[in-house]
Amino acid sequence: MKLTMASSPHNHSHKSLNKLMLTVILACVPGFIAQLIFFGTGVLIQLLLALLTVSVAEAVIMRMRKRSAIAALNDGSAWLTGVLLALSIPPLAPWWIIVIGSVFAIVIVKQLYGGLGFNLFNPAMAAYVLLLVSFPVQMTAWLPATDLLAQPITFSQQLSVIFNGYTSAGFSVDQLRVGFDGMTMATPLDTVKTDIAHGLTISESMQSPVFNQWLGKGWGWVNLGFLIGGIYLIKSKVINWHIPVSFIAMLAICSGIGYIATPGTEPGVAFHLFSGATMLGAFFIATDPVSAATTNRGRLIYGALIGLLVYLIRTFGGFPDAVAFSVLLLNMAVPLIDYYTQPRTYGHGVKK
Amino acid sequence: MEKLIQQIKQGKVWPFPGGIHPPGQKAQSNTQAIKRLPLPEKLVVPLKQHIGANGQLIVDKGQSVLKGQALTKPVANWSVPVHAPTSGVIADICQMPSAHPSALPELSIIITPDGHDTWCELSPVTEPTTLSHEQLIDIIHNSGIAGMGGAGFPTYIKADSRKPIEFFIVNAVECEPYITADDVLMREHAEQIVKGIELMQQLLSPTLTIIGIEDNKPQAIAAMKQASQHNDKIIVQTVPTVYPSGGEKQLIQLLTDKEVPSGGIPADIGVLVQNVGTLFAIEQAVYQGKPLIERVVTVTGNTIHNAGNVWALLGTEIKHLLDCQGFSPVPQQRVVMGGPMMGFTLPTVRIGVVKTTNCILAPDHSELAEPGPEQACIRCSACADACPASLLPQQLQWFAKSKEYDKLKEYNLFDCIECGACAYVCPSEIPLVQYYRVAKVEIKEQQAEQVKAERAKERFELRKERLEREQEARQNRHKRKPAAAKSADEKQKVADALARVKKSDDKADNKSAVAAAIARAKAKKQTGELEPDNTAVAQERAARKEQARAYKAQKAESNENTNDTPADDKKAAVAAAIARAKAKKATKTESTETTDAPVDDKKAAVAAAIARAKAKKAAQNESNENTDAPADDKKAAVAAAIARAKAKKAAKENESQPTDEVTTESEPSQESEPAAHNAEDKKKAAVAAAIARAKAKKAAKENDSQPTDEVTTESELSQESEPVSRNAEDKKKAAVAAAIARAKAKKRQQEGSDQS
Repeated sequence: MKLTMASSPHNHSHKSLNKLMLTVILACVPGFIAQLIFFGTGVLIQLLLALLTVSVAEAVIMRMRKRSAIAALNDGSAWLTGVLLALSIPPLAPWWIIVIGSVFAIVIVKQLYGGLGFNLFNPAMAAYVLLLVSFPVQMTAWLPATDLLAQPITFSQQLSVIFNGYTSAGFSVDQLRVGFDGMTMATPLDTVKTDIAHGLTISESMQSPVFNQWLGKGWGWVNLGFLIGGIYLIKSKVINWHIPVSFIAMLAICSGIGYIATPGTEPGVAFHLFSGATMLGAFFIATDPVSAATTNRGRLIYGALIGLLVYLIRTFGGFPDAVAFSVLLLNMAVPLIDYYTQPRTYGHGVKK
Repeated sequence: MEKLIQQIKQGKVWPFPGGIHPPGQKAQSNTQAIKRLPLPEKLVVPLKQHIGANGQLIVDKGQSVLKGQALTKPVANWSVPVHAPTSGVIADICQMPSAHPSALPELSIIITPDGHDTWCELSPVTEPTTLSHEQLIDIIHNSGIAGMGGAGFPTYIKADSRKPIEFFIVNAVECEPYITADDVLMREHAEQIVKGIELMQQLLSPTLTIIGIEDNKPQAIAAMKQASQHNDKIIVQTVPTVYPSGGEKQLIQLLTDKEVPSGGIPADIGVLVQNVGTLFAIEQAVYQGKPLIERVVTVTGNTIHNAGNVWALLGTEIKHLLDCQGFSPVPQQRVVMGGPMMGFTLPTVRIGVVKTTNCILAPDHSELAEPGPEQACIRCSACADACPASLLPQQLQWFAKSKEYDKLKEYNLFDCIECGACAYVCPSEIPLVQYYRVAKVEIKEQQAEQVKAERAKERFELRKERLEREQEARQNRHKRKPAAAKSADEKQKVADALARVKKSDDKADNKSAVAAAIARAKAKKQTGELEPDNTAVAQERAARKEQARAYKAQKAESNENTNDTPADDKKAAVAAAIARAKAKKATKTESTETTDAPVDDKKAAVAAAIARAKAKKAAQNESNENTDAPADDKKAAVAAAIARAKAKKAAKENESQPTDEVTTESEPSQESEPAAHNAEDKKKAAVAAAIARAKAKKAAKENDSQPTDEVTTESELSQESEPVSRNAEDKKKAAVAAAIARAKAKKRQQEGSDQS
């Protein structure tokens, strides 16, 4: 009888890259739905554009590298990159923004570094930063929550804005951003930053219609959606708790200290945690296994430092949000963190 | 310490990091009692079924053996005997594939059972407490007991631990999926196992004995608790079901919160671990007198119809086990010896059960899927989370792939127990353990190479040192001589001359020294009438004489007129010196003996020189014929001398044929030095030649007073000894010397003619 030889172990957990990536994409759904509700269907258009672009980019470059495009697409990592990028950019950004970002993320950030597992930086965040510094106008043109808009905006109008730059009625994104009061609306983070810079106090700034009590209208819900998805990821053991927890804890601590130290110019803990890309960053971006720290102690340090940088850049930096920059900066520190946070191997060192 | 024991007694366990929860699959095989199988048709008993050396064969092919009879006896350290599992005849003793991942052939005894299953005489001990420590160890040793949990470590070594044992741990965890051999053994034979434990307690006197059982074996836990309740030094500890809690190191950590130091053994921290199967075997060996000839094997997997545990005689082929339990193989069937996590696939089912075989797993593809293609590592570190040794499998994998052995060691590759937890959880299905195994082997090979290289280097350096010493000693010997000789310039010259003589002697040495001596004797006897075949010897002799003369001349020269010699032309100088010396001698002789000739030393010298020059010319002539000889400074001088001798001879002959001589002389001189001859008057030249001849005659006459044989030898041999002068350079020099001599001769001739 001919027997098949194999190396132990002979059984496997049936985990696969494909399942892992799809789980993460699935966990994005609550946040995505919140975006859809509060910021319009633009995000769906961006998502579809992103998926299409990353698929083509991945397939083409894999063919150029003489490898199986099917296998590469099948692992789902490119789609996840596309999804994260689509969720990060303003829903009504022109179509070429997401296309450039997706191609850059896949071709430059991921594949030129050697493909899956070899990229030093988080592809979605590197692409986001590229877009932000290259096209700051388009990349900061966030619409306020739809109920704040002077003109309600339909799906076809959003489609038209994304592809033509204007709605069928001839409104540009900037015109759409004008609220009831005729004021151009910014994101809550932007609003606070600008107001503080203009000498307003936080409570004055919070009078702005973009705020709903102490949270940005819509933004709180979006962050909550990502928080729920993140908890699901931890529950399903796709990610470890270390990075999101240390990230959020550090951001909370810093904003708490800031709030106590400089009352009146600090929006407070809840605002930081539920504004901008905090939850998306904590659970979906910083936890990208390829570019994050790999030891548990390292992950705590990595997450905490991202949290610290997010707070510092939001408070003192030139950009309203800081997750992308913080993640990229810490990506660079990962080898160092990993080296110095190796766990104590069994039987090594004195155990008391 | 007291606190620790207290905590243990309270049931506290200390979970180790990592670990996984693969599906247990134990229910397949643990529902039935252990079955006895019909005797197989043959048994293949390998001599080596444990870690350590083979026992020595004490049976022969064709011999009948009884059940339990020893087939080998222990010899070297760590050797453990094997016993006949049933009565029968030894059909063969040969190499058979072994129960090892490599299946490399191992010397095995093949027994054909006779079907009677007759025991040999057994000597059970009913009161082991009366036995001494040594006696008990001997029983364990001679019963062939080796660790039955998997490693096969000789039990008598462990039981004879020199280090104090605080905790004796009974490994009843059986954490590998599918395997239930220990589980059912405990259910059925808890009492015997506890007796085995008590024997170990007698040997080791530990403070506490802890039986560790996973909480998925409630029946076994109950049975063991029941059987051990009379002994308050035994506690049954229930541990959570986590793979690999049955790993020795992990179990120690789990039960005692202690860690075996890296590279150490459990006894280093006062802990000793034995498997329940081993303890049962100890009980059987002592109380029943039965050696280890059978064990419980779980035969399981979806392709087995009647999965369960069987008593398998050691040496039973796997095929027999599978056939007895009903086996329907699937395409690409795998048969695993051991569990799904650490077991190895068998290349054939014609392999015998050994002491460490706890499970035969024949899975189909639905329960244990074939591994998919290896995908890219995404650094998710699920492997690190699963690793029970807190290693970083992901980093190890990168280093193993890039063969960074130093890094692998830095990341403690050798603390990997190859449990397979990392590969089990890897979403990219990277065969991590395989990478580590290969890397470990490569590192071990590299280390062996390094040891070898270091030894070679050591040897080389010692040799170099020795050679240097010897060379220094040699140099010291040589240094003394030159130091003594350097005292005077003269001495130096003598040394030089000696060296030269020696050099030509070396040449001559090519011919037999004896032959040379004989030839010399002959030459003396024959006085000029040499036999043709003696030429070689004679030649050598002539050469020697010439050298001696050269030496003499040199000496004379250094004594009298060194200023005459052109410094840059040693050869010419030597030749000239020789000639001068000769001439002087000749003049002296002339002045003392001849009265009719005008006594003029100078003239005589000139004449001699002319003769010499002519001789050289003649030599040149001859040398044109053979131009292939190697250059040698001394030889030029020798040749010159020989040529001189020739010239003398020629001069003799010329008395009868003067015209011939002139012609022969003038022809070569025209060729070699046309300038010198162009201005010459032929007549004058002829006169000069005649005068030279006359002088040469005189010289020849003078030479005649010397032993005749010498002259003859010289003249006769001149042709053969010519080769030494064939060098082109020598020719030139000789030619120059000759020209000078000629010119001088002419001058003298003119003077002479004026006088006359």
